[in-house]
Amino acid sequence: MINLEQIYKRYGSVSALEGLSLEVPKGCLYGLLGPNGAGKTTALRILCTLLAPDQGRVFIAGLDALADPRGARAQLGYVAQEVAIDKILTGRELLELQGSLYHLSAARSRDRIAALSALLGMEEWLDRRCGSYSGGMRRRLDLACGLLHDPAVLVLDEPTVGLDIESRAALWDVLQQLRQQGTTILLSSHYLEEVDALADRLAILDRGCVIAEGTPEQLKQQLGGDRITLRVREFASQQEAQRVQQIIQGLLGVSQVLINRAQGHAINFVLEAQGSEALLQLRQQLEHAQVPVFSLAQSRPSLDDVYLQATGRTLMDAELAAISSRDSKAEKKQAMR
Amino acid sequence: MFAPSAIAEISQETLALSKRLFLQLKRRPSTLVAGILQPLIWLVLFGALFAKAPMGLFPGGGSYGKFLGAGVIVFTAFSAALNAGLPVMFDREFGFLNRLLVAPLRSRYSIVLASVLYITSLSLVQSLAIMAAAWGLGYGWPGGAGLLVVIGTLLLLVAAVTALSLALAFALPGHIELIAVIFVANLPLLFASTALAPISYMPGWLGWLAALNPLTFAIEPIRAAYLGQFAFDAVVLEAPYGALTAAQCLLLLLVLSAGLFLSIRPLLDRKLS
Repeated sequence: MINLEQIYKRYGSVSALEGLSLEVPKGCLYGLLGPNGAGKTTALRILCTLLAPDQGRVFIAGLDALADPRGARAQLGYVAQEVAIDKILTGRELLELQGSLYHLSAARSRDRIAALSALLGMEEWLDRRCGSYSGGMRRRLDLACGLLHDPAVLVLDEPTVGLDIESRAALWDVLQQLRQQGTTILLSSHYLEEVDALADRLAILDRGCVIAEGTPEQLKQQLGGDRITLRVREFASQQEAQRVQQIIQGLLGVSQVLINRAQGHAINFVLEAQGSEALLQLRQQLEHAQVPVFSLAQSRPSLDDVYLQATGRTLMDAELAAISSRDSKAEKKQAMR
Repeated sequence: MFAPSAIAEISQETLALSKRLFLQLKRRPSTLVAGILQPLIWLVLFGALFAKAPMGLFPGGGSYGKFLGAGVIVFTAFSAALNAGLPVMFDREFGFLNRLLVAPLRSRYSIVLASVLYITSLSLVQSLAIMAAAWGLGYGWPGGAGLLVVIGTLLLLVAAVTALSLALAFALPGHIELIAVIFVANLPLLFASTALAPISYMPGWLGWLAALNPLTFAIEPIRAAYLGQFAFDAVVLEAPYGALTAAQCLLLLLVLSAGLFLSIRPLLDRKLS
């Protein structure tokens, strides 16, 4: 339903996308996971015809979006990250405007507004001015705008950032309902649990290209053995962690030993064998090597491990690195026409 | 050029977009009110400043107020049109424009057309209010045919200035810069025109400026209409480079606004594609 082929995009000297390819099957709820600055927003803006790629091809519902942007736009509902609403208009007026921009008849527009305001629970405040809306109400209105023309493809850029837990659960609910009705949904997120819980398939983005793709289960299965998190104390120093890292690297049946700075220099590693037997053996080995243990946790691989495996850092580390190197002024300029 | 369905779609888009601008105006009428108050203050204060000037000192033989009226009416429409770009600039800055650009608009010129419709009506309403105020102050009324001349002239000027302002709204980086340009352009253009004094009162260099200023081309036909002396072939402006008839003034305005719309097209095409 959505095909991005070998997309390249640069902003001046900064490369945002480096040969990104993506294929979203019809009726799929597809997650685009990656830290800030990985290129998610750029990819979605190109998909929605807001931005032209330097190179590459874009197809939406079989239409070449670069050759026939207007045809592609009619198939798309786009819910942007920065919610741009007109504070002076009421929610209903904004939706009516949206209806006219998509050439719905007045009757059709009215019916869709009624249906969506029931679905999203907006009846009570739909006739109030948007300026008085809370964050959750704005996001719901924006979703209603994206859905008004009943698009075949719904694209959401970080739809739950800044939402309270209740609004987020409500949004997840609606997305799942839409998927059941056959809408193809592409959403970007830097929340692991969101993508894990919602997506049928996902792609992990890092530095402008896809580094892993598949169903959440597949991706986790590929990683094999159990994940172990060892803390030698609640907050270990780096030297201490490095010393323990070396000891653990020498143990049997252990691989990919990493220091996780985001978790107070905990040691992450993979235990090739699975189950409680393997853990018991590990404990004995640690005792023998006189490694202090504050906590020892065992789990099946998570999506974070998928990211860690592919990039050598956790999603949170990447996120923190991205935040400090962001240039909000340049980003605003990119978003402005 | 367009199929009937395309025309229907373009008018649906344009109407919806202008409806939004009018709703904004209705709920936030300060633009409308300020746009009337400022020229009204000019009219009252400047009229009073030279109220004791001897009769017949100004062309047309009336009081200074009668002379001033045409200038302030043009200034009103000009100021309103100069602000045409502001809503567009705010839409660019707040990302609302992106919402319009992801929609399958039949023509993105609907966005421009809606702004032109909105600004034209706003400036006409403001100008009519000032005309009514001038009449109340005893500065005269152009009469039925004169009113048509006034409105026609204002429409030409508003079209040209709106094109300029929209171009600036797409070319400049932000609203601060746009407001700065509007601020700098506004008053000097008023002073360097025949709004407040005739060319014969000005030093040579200023007379040249005033005679090249598009505002003058709008002011003089309107002034003639107010004096009841309007005819297309009547000389309305004694410029240093020669005399201009009313028809020539209006033609210059027409060429200017057509030229401006044509010359900003590449910019709009680039920004809206």
